[in-house]
Amino acid sequence: MQKQAIFQTKVLPYALVAPQLAIVLIFFYWPALQAVIQSFLLQDAFGLSTTFVWFENYLELFRDPAYFAAIVRTFFFSFAIAVSSLSFALLLAVMADKPLRGSMLYRTLLIWPYAVAPPVVGVLWIFMLHPSLGVLSRYLRAIGVDWNPLLDGDQAAALIILAAAWKQISYNFLFFLAGLQAIPKSVLEAAAIDGARPMRRFWTVTFPLLSPTIFFLLVVNIVYAFFDTFGIIDTMTRGGPGTSTVTLVYKVYSDGLLGGNLGSSAAQSVILMVMVIVLTGIQFRFVERKVTY
Amino acid sequence: MANVTLRNVRKTYPGGFEAIKGVDVDVGDGQFCVLVGPSGCGKSTLLRMVAGLETVTGGEIDIGGRVVNQVEPADRDIAMVFQNYALYPHMSVYNNMAYGLRNRGMAEAEIKTRVEEAARVLELTSMLERKPRQLSGGQRQRVAMGRAIVRQPKVFLFDEPLSNLDAKLRIAMRVEIRKLQRRLNTTSIYVTHDQLEAMTLADILVVMNGGQVEQVGNPLAIYEKPATTFVASFIGAPPMNLMSIHQDEIKSQLGDGRASEAGILGIRPEDFVITDQTPAGGIALPLTVEAIERVGAETFIYGARAHDEQRIAANPGELPPGEIIVRIPGTEAPAIGEKIRVAAVRAKLHLFSGDGRTRVEA
Repeated sequence: MQKQAIFQTKVLPYALVAPQLAIVLIFFYWPALQAVIQSFLLQDAFGLSTTFVWFENYLELFRDPAYFAAIVRTFFFSFAIAVSSLSFALLLAVMADKPLRGSMLYRTLLIWPYAVAPPVVGVLWIFMLHPSLGVLSRYLRAIGVDWNPLLDGDQAAALIILAAAWKQISYNFLFFLAGLQAIPKSVLEAAAIDGARPMRRFWTVTFPLLSPTIFFLLVVNIVYAFFDTFGIIDTMTRGGPGTSTVTLVYKVYSDGLLGGNLGSSAAQSVILMVMVIVLTGIQFRFVERKVTY
Repeated sequence: MANVTLRNVRKTYPGGFEAIKGVDVDVGDGQFCVLVGPSGCGKSTLLRMVAGLETVTGGEIDIGGRVVNQVEPADRDIAMVFQNYALYPHMSVYNNMAYGLRNRGMAEAEIKTRVEEAARVLELTSMLERKPRQLSGGQRQRVAMGRAIVRQPKVFLFDEPLSNLDAKLRIAMRVEIRKLQRRLNTTSIYVTHDQLEAMTLADILVVMNGGQVEQVGNPLAIYEKPATTFVASFIGAPPMNLMSIHQDEIKSQLGDGRASEAGILGIRPEDFVITDQTPAGGIALPLTVEAIERVGAETFIYGARAHDEQRIAANPGELPPGEIIVRIPGTEAPAIGEKIRVAAVRAKLHLFSGDGRTRVEA
């Protein structure tokens, strides 16, 4: 089998990759470049004049307490989403890994939520937890919880974390299940003969052997919580009440498109871009080389 | 120290497949029992049932006078060496051996003493801080052994522990295992498909086929008096020559009496001699030499029977129909294509019933 394709002319291979290159250039590099340029510019309120201000937009951001609040909030959200989603997915995967009747069916069912788009996830959870429309809200109030995420910022944050974590469970579940199945059965059997009860077996053998998977998923989940939760936030809370659910990504959108402050918005997206590069770098450096246990 | 008794042990899988069809074996205290058979014969399943890794669907497994059918693997006081060693990849050699002791709440000082003693015996002292992936196959095998011996269990279980090693190391480890078992005097059950390993290790040999025990006994006794044609062809390399008696040539030589009951005649390759004489009551066969294998100390002659006759029962490792192996000492052998005559004395003939299931004695 020859793996390398041989072309008669040099034009054809370039023509074949051109569409993909065009997409990458037009939709990724061009906007990114625009953002970088924009982040150095300042426009007047009417958009009539534009001044080159060097790093003024960035300095402005770092002096802004609201931006710091958004950073702290984003990190908190990411941490909460990653930890809750990972731990719940691991629990489900451990359960689904057991040789039970019909395991294929519920393994498949557990994967489905991944196919749901983030805004749709937001809408689904609103139907359940909206203070006046929500099905679950009635029960929450019935048991004495003053449930109103439209007014209570903490409850709104909890709602976002819940919805975002729920959506990511499927993805994590899939990786955990694969990770669990990659652990040789005989190692667990050896541990059983060595006198380790199921819980101890899990924490001393299974969990350490899953650590490469856990680390990989942690990075993926943080990236997800940073960026892909936009759709959920936009449909569920629009950053409110107040700014209690405004994350860094949502702030780029609200400051730029809603607030009209394009320079600051561009600077924020450049900062986010740097964060993605760093996270991806970490992922490549540690995950691709495999975490050794 | 304990004896292990299996009483009519059965294993039927939920799908209805019967992997073990009623096995009775009694392994005395300190004895080395080897389960041998072709792949798929149920020997590993049986071992895993003794370990508690497979449920028992019928009969009783008794370890040291206690029926353990419902006892967890951890509480059976056994240690097992797995085929792939099943070392904990994230733990050092020391921790691999210490893990089972820690789980049982042993004091660290005592653990240290035991692990260091085991490491000394197995020559692992310099490797205690290494991870399994930094070890060679033979070293990993020794760690797996160490993990078993530090526990000082009542019974050792071995599941084809040498099959992942190269031939030379396998022989060395085989001797090591035997010496270690003799010294510790711990009851052991050992699964293998290698009949040579089985012969050299066993105090009691259990030959299995198709989920059933074909024969139990002392290895040499089994070699000398195989109970069935399966055992006859499985134990011994090259395998015993089996031929149908319902043929004038052989039947007339055997004479009357026991030959009338028997259907199959077996002769081990080393029991033939090349001669023109026919020993009284023995068998002589004309052969055409087809192939010669010289291995140094001895030579194997592959010959075709003059009469084109069908050989019996296609068991694994058997010869093509009509072929006879003769094993002679030294390197002097007839040429290929030469016609020779081989003979075996009466005492070296094995007779079996026509279906090969029973041995017919004179």
